[in-house]
Amino acid sequence: MASVLAVDDSASMRKMVAFTLKTAGYDVEEAEDGVDALAKAQKRTFDCVVTDVNMPNKDGIALIRDLRKLPQYKHVPMLMLTTESGMEKKMEGKQAGATGWMVKPFNPDQLLKTLLKVLG
Amino acid sequence: MSIDMSQFHQVFFEECFEGLEAMESGLLSLDIGDIDSEVINTIFRAAHSIKGGSGTFGFTVVAEYTHIMETLLDEMRDGRRQVTKPAVDVLLGSVDCLREMLTSIQNEQDVNAASVATHQAALEMELKGTTGESAHAAPVSTHGSAPTTPVAVEAEPEEEDTADEEQGWKIAFCPYLNLLKTGNDPVRLFRELNELGQLTTNVNIQDIPTFAELDPEECNISWELKLVGDITEKAIREIFSWVEDDCALELSPLAKPKKVKKPKPAPTPTPAVEIASAPAHPAEAAPKKAAAPVESDPSKNAPKASSSIRVDTDKIDTLINMVGEVVITQSMLGLIGENFTMDKVGQLKRGLAQLERHTRDLQQSVMNIRMLPISFVFSRFPRLVHDISTQLHKKITLKLVGENTEVDKAVVELINDPLVHLIRNSLDHGIEMPADRVAAGKPEMGTIELKAYHRGGHIVIEIVDDGRGMDKSKLLAKAIEKGLIDESAIMTDKQILELIFMPGFSTAEKLTDISGRGVGMDVVRRNIQSLGGNIDIISELGKGSTIAIHLPLTLAILDGQSVAVGDETYIVPLVSIIESINITEKMLNKVAGKGETFKLRSEYLPIIRMREIFNVKSGEATKSNEGVIVVVEGQGALCGFLVDELLGQQQVVIKSLEANYRRVEGVSGATILGDGSVALILDVPGLVRLSVR
Repeated sequence: MASVLAVDDSASMRKMVAFTLKTAGYDVEEAEDGVDALAKAQKRTFDCVVTDVNMPNKDGIALIRDLRKLPQYKHVPMLMLTTESGMEKKMEGKQAGATGWMVKPFNPDQLLKTLLKVLG
Repeated sequence: MSIDMSQFHQVFFEECFEGLEAMESGLLSLDIGDIDSEVINTIFRAAHSIKGGSGTFGFTVVAEYTHIMETLLDEMRDGRRQVTKPAVDVLLGSVDCLREMLTSIQNEQDVNAASVATHQAALEMELKGTTGESAHAAPVSTHGSAPTTPVAVEAEPEEEDTADEEQGWKIAFCPYLNLLKTGNDPVRLFRELNELGQLTTNVNIQDIPTFAELDPEECNISWELKLVGDITEKAIREIFSWVEDDCALELSPLAKPKKVKKPKPAPTPTPAVEIASAPAHPAEAAPKKAAAPVESDPSKNAPKASSSIRVDTDKIDTLINMVGEVVITQSMLGLIGENFTMDKVGQLKRGLAQLERHTRDLQQSVMNIRMLPISFVFSRFPRLVHDISTQLHKKITLKLVGENTEVDKAVVELINDPLVHLIRNSLDHGIEMPADRVAAGKPEMGTIELKAYHRGGHIVIEIVDDGRGMDKSKLLAKAIEKGLIDESAIMTDKQILELIFMPGFSTAEKLTDISGRGVGMDVVRRNIQSLGGNIDIISELGKGSTIAIHLPLTLAILDGQSVAVGDETYIVPLVSIIESINITEKMLNKVAGKGETFKLRSEYLPIIRMREIFNVKSGEATKSNEGVIVVVEGQGALCGFLVDELLGQQQVVIKSLEANYRRVEGVSGATILGDGSVALILDVPGLVRLSVR
């Protein structure tokens, strides 16, 4: 099953995302901010990255930008979790190389559907 | 798939309360006029996280509320809005309001709608005022969760289009070269389109360069798509929403649609209602606020004794390490014991010594798990000081020192209330009004320092203020007036200051709602003593006061001195012992009607014979005329315990006597000694009290 890196500084959101994906059979690893995520992403190559945008240390957009520079992440789908007030962030994220986004709040089914879109 | 979201609620609540604390301390540290954008960012992030989480977990009220806060903070963050003191106060009020809301939700109670409305109104007023930037500030409902883009919303009217014959769309999709670089895949888009209707694709490959020039990471292909079915343009645009900036996209209906111009029925009414209803609140709520200033009920802030604890992973790692060591030592000992011969005694001894060392380390690391930084308590005080000093029109800064000092979890939970009381006292009675301070040649801004540090086996917490200090003559007069002491009593300065700990003593001319809450300093002292600690005051008139609280580091383990009385062993807490002196019976003086005393240098100590107090009969004959006096301090007074012999010093694990037997006066607990026998731990202040009687 595909592996997913779930990045969010909020433990409840991260656990929700991770639990949903694990229940659906994905191989999920959690990271609590951009720095943590970048380190974990370099240890193994994930099939997909799902990241919150607003985080301390390194935000989601900077994370995506850094990941895209790595050869093994050139084409890996990366999704941002954002809120409607973060619309301008979406464009910024796209420029950094994000594949797409999910608007919070979302429910587990929407998350799985979106992930299915990018992972096929 | 259905996932039980409630399993994440606990984590969510914990996180929210942490976030609120971060917001609060951030707001309090904001220096109006010199705004640190990183602080604003932290506050914003906390609000943002709470909003995101509450939306996801279905707490719409909270999500709506935080949305307004977030809008306000966002404008501050971008520099579109000035950070003013009123704004900070409103935000602080909102933090309280959110805390209340979340507590209610957590306890499955109804949210106090009136209070929320009041705070929300204040917040909205703040948002509307000063910078007119945000006309869109009306609460945005966060129910809708479908990802929609503004573009798609604007295109909505065309939804009403209906078609004649074959319904569907012609889509010209021409990706830019960089489309693949964001991990997007045209095939995914086509798969999704195919779910909407019947899709036919027509590939245009004429733009593909020669193989030598080909960059496989670029997208050189474009498509002509035909999608048949009753599909809205919005649905199609939604599929392309992730790539709308990475391609040229043209949509045209297959058949010429009959334009049915419906008289647009409803684009406005819904929002209009919302906007109209929102301002209705401020108008009615504003006077309410003026009448009843938002009360910060201290009982609501009181820390609940929680049964779970957050532990640094490092501590757990150390613990696991230690357990590993113990297991290794144990298996080593097992090996020695398997076929033991006398020549292995040396090995055995070494093994046992190692085991002892590891056990001690293990004990230490287990105890460490219970240790929390005192900042858990201290972090609440900046807010308290901010609120009360505003209320009293005093200018006060609070300095926190040694926030990382670690104390036992039980101490953290129980020390809060006494500290709140003491700090309120300093704010109310200690620090003077700004004008008085200036007149006394002090800086206008008063300072309260809250310090924590380790000393010996103790943690010391000090509350230092540079206020007016305590007037000893006033204290004396008051105590005499209240009949607490005799007019002729001769007292040392220290004893005079300690008068404030007597029940029924209050120095303020009139009780204010800040400090005079009916709970006196006697209760504070009793609480601290119940934690095994004591409290001292140093005060100088005109310069300020220092209140020092000494507490044991942990409530579970005690450094004790074992003493023998007959065949019995008792444990005296090491912290109470001043010194021990060998004496003979002759050195004691009998005072008529007042028991025995012992002259220690220039002072006479009352003597308590342990043998008599605990009615120990054994071994009387042998130890009748000599013994040891253990000089202890309890309740601020010295006292001598007459025992037969000093045994060793050791750390003992405190077992509650009350839980296993019943409360015994003069005994604070029991412990099990190395040989398996039970020893009682002496309650020094209790015994001193007993001797006075």
